[in-house]
Amino acid sequence: MNTNPKPSAQALTSRNHVLQAENLCKQVSSPEGALTIVDQVSLEILAGESVAVTGPSGAGKSTLLALLAGLDLPTRGRVLLEGQDLTRLDEDGRARLRAQRVGFVFQSFHLIPALTALENVMLPLELAGRGDARRAAAETLRRVGLSERTGHYPRQLSGGEQQRVALARAFVTQPAVLFADEPTGNLDTVTGARVGELLFELNANAHTTLVLVTHDRELAGRCARVVRMDAGRVL
Amino acid sequence: MRALRLALRTLAREWRSGELGVLLLALIVAVAALTGVGFLVSRISAAVALQASTVLAADIRLGSPQPLSEAYFAEAERRGLRSSHSTNLLSVVFNGDAGQLTNLAAVTAGYPLRGRVLVAGEPFARGAPARGIPAPGQVWPDSKLLAAIGGRVGSQLSIGTASLTVTQVLISRPDQSGTFAELAPNLLMNAADLPSTHLIQPGSRVSYGGLFAGERTRIDDFKAWLTAHKGPGERLRDITEASPQIRNAVQRAGRFLSLASLVSVLLCAIAVAMAARAYVRRHLDTVALLKTLGATRSFTLTVSVLQLLALALAALVCGAALGFLAQEWLLRTIRGLLAVTELPAPSLTPLAIGFVTAIAVLAGFALPPLLQLARVPALRVLRRDLGPPPLVVLLAFGPAVSVVLLLIYWVVPDARLFGYFTAALVVFVLALTLAGLAIVALAGRLRGRVGVAWRFGVANLSRRRAESVVQLVAFGTGIMALLLLSILRDDLNGDWQRTLPPNLPNYFFINIPPAVREDFVRFLAAQGARTTRVLPMIRGRLTAINARPVEALRPGHGGEEGFATREQNLTWTSELGPDNRIIAGRWWTAEDFGKPLVSLATEFQEALGVEVGDRLTFDIAGEPLEARVASIRKVKWDTFQPNFFIVFAPGVLEGAAGTYLTSAYFAPGAARSLAQLARRFPSVSIFDIDELLAQVRSVLDKAALAVESVFMFTLFAGLTVLLAAVQSSRDERRYESAMLRTLGASRATVVQGVLAEFATLGSLAGLLAAVGATVGAYFLTTHWLELRYAPELMPWAEGVVGGALLVAAGGWLATRSVVNQPPLSTLRA
Ligand SMILES: Nc1ncnc2c1ncn2[C@@H]1O[C@H](COP(=O)(O)OP(=O)(O)OP(=O)(O)O)[C@@H](O)[C@H]1O
Ligand SMILES: [Mg+2]
Repeated sequence: MNTNPKPSAQALTSRNHVLQAENLCKQVSSPEGALTIVDQVSLEILAGESVAVTGPSGAGKSTLLALLAGLDLPTRGRVLLEGQDLTRLDEDGRARLRAQRVGFVFQSFHLIPALTALENVMLPLELAGRGDARRAAAETLRRVGLSERTGHYPRQLSGGEQQRVALARAFVTQPAVLFADEPTGNLDTVTGARVGELLFELNANAHTTLVLVTHDRELAGRCARVVRMDAGRVL
Repeated sequence: MRALRLALRTLAREWRSGELGVLLLALIVAVAALTGVGFLVSRISAAVALQASTVLAADIRLGSPQPLSEAYFAEAERRGLRSSHSTNLLSVVFNGDAGQLTNLAAVTAGYPLRGRVLVAGEPFARGAPARGIPAPGQVWPDSKLLAAIGGRVGSQLSIGTASLTVTQVLISRPDQSGTFAELAPNLLMNAADLPSTHLIQPGSRVSYGGLFAGERTRIDDFKAWLTAHKGPGERLRDITEASPQIRNAVQRAGRFLSLASLVSVLLCAIAVAMAARAYVRRHLDTVALLKTLGATRSFTLTVSVLQLLALALAALVCGAALGFLAQEWLLRTIRGLLAVTELPAPSLTPLAIGFVTAIAVLAGFALPPLLQLARVPALRVLRRDLGPPPLVVLLAFGPAVSVVLLLIYWVVPDARLFGYFTAALVVFVLALTLAGLAIVALAGRLRGRVGVAWRFGVANLSRRRAESVVQLVAFGTGIMALLLLSILRDDLNGDWQRTLPPNLPNYFFINIPPAVREDFVRFLAAQGARTTRVLPMIRGRLTAINARPVEALRPGHGGEEGFATREQNLTWTSELGPDNRIIAGRWWTAEDFGKPLVSLATEFQEALGVEVGDRLTFDIAGEPLEARVASIRKVKWDTFQPNFFIVFAPGVLEGAAGTYLTSAYFAPGAARSLAQLARRFPSVSIFDIDELLAQVRSVLDKAALAVESVFMFTLFAGLTVLLAAVQSSRDERRYESAMLRTLGASRATVVQGVLAEFATLGSLAGLLAAVGATVGAYFLTTHWLELRYAPELMPWAEGVVGGALLVAAGGWLATRSVVNQPPLSTLRA
């Protein structure tokens, strides 16, 4: 294989693997001693791939997501995001990387109550210092079907509408990776299905890599790959 | 730059959404209180000082045995100050053959620069303000002089080689000296007539005075200039050295007012601290989200600091304007009571001080929570329970503590007092914290035993542990400060009322010969005058201390030059008056009578540096007499009773030839009696202190009014600040009460729960505040205001009931809007 004029394995990896987790461990101290909540997890996720993480409650899904997104640091192991070792960056370095390359959707929406729908969507653009935030935000809100509600505050929106605003906020920066933690968990079945629909539609259009934590089988089924977790381990 | 834009943008957005109203309100009220009290204090103390300076007839007075250089007056004019000359000398004034040693005051136009000269058409009559000064060729002798030498308006008096016409009778002039050094009668004349009297010869004892008055800051500058340029023999006097009563009143009022400023600053700090905490709580999620979305820590810190700064700026402008308007309104309302035609114009200093203080308080009390806010982990978006890591203690409390210390030092720049103050505050806050922890623990146990509303309220106390403790400390400190101020105000006002009760002796009679003493007292009684004690008076001179001649002592040890060697008035008595208090040694008993014992007033003791047990030698009519210092007395001179620096035990001085003195109260319009008295007892000197009393009274009234109005203002501002501070806990209650109502609690239950929680908190804070205020008041009255402390029960009731009402009302205001909304709209937020 050495003779083949193919790109080296290393180069291939860095081009195709957006996200690599190597031997991730997360331990926390508890009254009963050290508790391992993520146990030797290794994962490789390709650019444009969609991965669902499922498992029983308390399995460590959210913790894994936080580690992959650089919101938290592993006790052992490392995470490479587009070839960059997150464990070697400091908090601010990881934040800068997130600003450029990462989007989030949460179970409980996390919109800023003091900002209108439009302003909430503009926020990541403003943080990343990109110009023309207003137009881009309005356009994205239109794509999630909320162009009529741009001036409304989160408390004036239904749960489904709030999550659509959150989707718009996540996609407006055209991130390389989108992390979603049970985005439909707080919604009723019908609304949840609609939000899931929208998520995959936006994802397909933007060719974003998607890491989706969910209990929802149907939603998981739409992903190219399903990773099952239990007691901190990938099965 | 990006941070600034984002900060302002989100600020504007938050403002539109109505989220910042409460925070801004608290800040505005705090700044308004601060600047309002600052303005009021500076203007009222200026008014009091203005009133006080009437005793000098000027703001400052330069005195010298040599003629004063005209350069001083030119400099005063250059600085926009008013000035005039007052030359004083003793000379015999004749009406025909009758002569009397008289104190001549030769003045120039403009005199008096402060206060007024009262004149009348006949002796001992009620005076009316004079217009200007006597014209050249005219003189205004006082009643005593006319009684002594005869004569009335129109008489010609010989003064030196000049002959001058009496055109008015001098009833009083503002600077006729508050001490009783000059017993001679007075005569006011025009300085232009001095040369023609030929009284001023080389070697004659003349006192040249320069009077200066004008705007306060200019006067202060000029005073500094004069101090640097005056000659060695020239003495500068300002109001602080004039009358002891007025000096006391002005000083105490000043101290009270600065204490009020400190209280307003403290309240401001409390409001800022509570507001900042509320701001932080509200922004925890936002900052975590910002970080998740890629904001760095310094960026989020910059954004929140900028936001708070922008808020502070808005609060400063609105608050300062509000504070200014409030004090302006108050001053205008009480102007009539203050009886001043022109209020001292507000200077910009309080504004500047208010700004600086507000910024300092903001930095000290809001910066640490903001630093902490910037450290909230991004992970909070996934795990709600994650808060920011606690700050290092030094960082969390360091700035606040240093700001408070600086402010305290600014108000009490005395190292010892400062130490007391700070230690007391630290102990108090610690006690509050401990009490807070205790109540939280107790509430945890109590919850099972009370009704549902109380359970909800009391449970809240123990659940929001940190918050409850913080609130207890904040309210406790605030209420304590207000209570303390109110106790001190009562003590001050009480003391001032006791100082000058109506019918205070307004005439002093000196040189009563022993032979006519009984007669004299009977005469006074027959005239309906109210008399006081009659004390013997003997002249004597201190010659040695512990057998060392006084000439060998350093002159002017803290006192005036020659104070020790001057001829002194001595007396003896067996009883200690209520206006005298022994502070060292002991007062004599019957067994001590006849022993050579002496009791000294603190002023005399300080000037000479003697102690109990020292031996003093006096020269009395040529005879040496040695006496041992048996006690030191603190004398309240402002009772206007006859009092002496040096008092002997009975049975020592009786042999020496002396006279008696007493004082008495004559109702207004006793001119006839006094003229009769002057004729019947020609050797008795009459000393009229009516006008001096009026001056002192008017200063005291103003000081009392100042204290009262500043107190009311501070109280009102303080209550508003505390009310505003409660509002900052509104967010939390919102969600909770909506939850409870969704679960089926009636509105009344929710309200009762809130009231229960706050009333418990408020009454406990009030109780502890009363303890703190009582202890604090004891120290401040005795050590700082130099008053006697009388414990009172009122503050306790005020503290407990007031605290409960205040805090409960604040809590009710804060939750009312929430409780009245349908729960759905809150739960969806
Ligand atoms: N800092 C921590 N301290 C203690 N325990 C923790 C901490 N973080 C996570 N855990 C525990 O680790 C386990 C995994 O948590 P995690 O939130 O990742 O589960 P999850 O799979 O997302 O569950 P769910 O489906 O309910 O959201 C849980 O039992 C949680 O209580
Ligand atoms: Mg989870």
